[in-house]
Amino acid sequence: MKKAIGIGVLFALVFFVGQGPLWAKTRAPQENSILPDFQLPIPADAADRQYLGLQGNGLFKMHQIKAKAVIIEIFSMYCPYCQREAPNINKLYERIKSERALKGQIKIIGVGAGNSPFEVDIFKKKYQVPFPLFPDNNFTIHKCLGETRTPYFFVVAPGPGESQKVVYSKLGGIKDLDAFLQTIRRRAGIR
Amino acid sequence: MKKYLLPAVILLICSFSLASGQTYSEAYKNNIYNPGMLKPVESRLKVRIGQKAPDFSLPSLSGKKISLHQYLGKKNVVLSFVPAAWTPVCSDQWPGYNIVKDIFDRHDAVLLGITVDNIPTLFAWTNQMGKLWFPVLSDFWPHGKVADEYGILRSDGMAERALFVIDKKGIIRYIDVHDINKRPSLEVLVHELQKISE
Repeated sequence: MKKAIGIGVLFALVFFVGQGPLWAKTRAPQENSILPDFQLPIPADAADRQYLGLQGNGLFKMHQIKAKAVIIEIFSMYCPYCQREAPNINKLYERIKSERALKGQIKIIGVGAGNSPFEVDIFKKKYQVPFPLFPDNNFTIHKCLGETRTPYFFVVAPGPGESQKVVYSKLGGIKDLDAFLQTIRRRAGIR
Repeated sequence: MKKYLLPAVILLICSFSLASGQTYSEAYKNNIYNPGMLKPVESRLKVRIGQKAPDFSLPSLSGKKISLHQYLGKKNVVLSFVPAAWTPVCSDQWPGYNIVKDIFDRHDAVLLGITVDNIPTLFAWTNQMGKLWFPVLSDFWPHGKVADEYGILRSDGMAERALFVIDKKGIIRYIDVHDINKRPSLEVLVHELQKISE
């Protein structure tokens, strides 16, 4: 009898805790926190590898990207806001590329939450996205980063050791590119 | 007791991952109602691959009535039934189709989006998606009649999340009554379109 009650309690616990995300407000990593550790595949595309300063194949972590700050966009090919925002983020990429003080210092990547490689490829071609996009088919990164709505922007800068410090964390599009760049330059210590 | 600990932990991890795994666009702000996890499929199909697709005539957002037979001999047709406006997965399904018109064109296909919501609700909801290139049809009254004829009307009055690919002869060539909690793969749909246009 005791055993049966024990099993019952255990499974009830499993059921209720397991349903967590249905009611719990998940939170994206906030500014000044350390970015949770995750890995992405080293891009097969040589231009993307060169842009990120990566070599070979396998997986990489954020600290391996050659930059003083990395902008991470959580998007979805299915998200109308992300579709509308895509040209603006392309402009941001061009702005960074054209400013001598920023070129090579700030990099942008996109993570397609729940998107397959096929779906990410459609988004990349449709909006001619010039920076690397990574599929997150099983929502692994999306869960790791607090199951945000889309588009969501994180900016990370090197922290202690191999960690990355979140210097910007915000839901929604970037309305003022100048103000955004000024903010992240200041917070990431880019002169 | 110890021997149940490992299976319980595994179940915990699995149930956690089942409860997660969806996102939705900030375009909808805080207006998305999350019904939680629903029974994946709970109706019985009344049509099958190879049979003539039941004809219908439904009001669309544009004000025109759209009938299936108007595409006979002209276009392949994809019917995309989604369960309900203002819910998480549905709100991030059609906007994806909205950026692949070229793929539908390449396969000489039209897309008809259908829900059991009424026109005013569909108007407000789809306005958040931007301008849609495909007709959106309301199977509101008699409630879910078309969904029922295809065998995808759930007992709560919603439709299943279902895709039907119908060729130019009006024959059903592909059916996917999908887990209502998940978005169907676009890749699979594109593959099915390729098959019928070959």
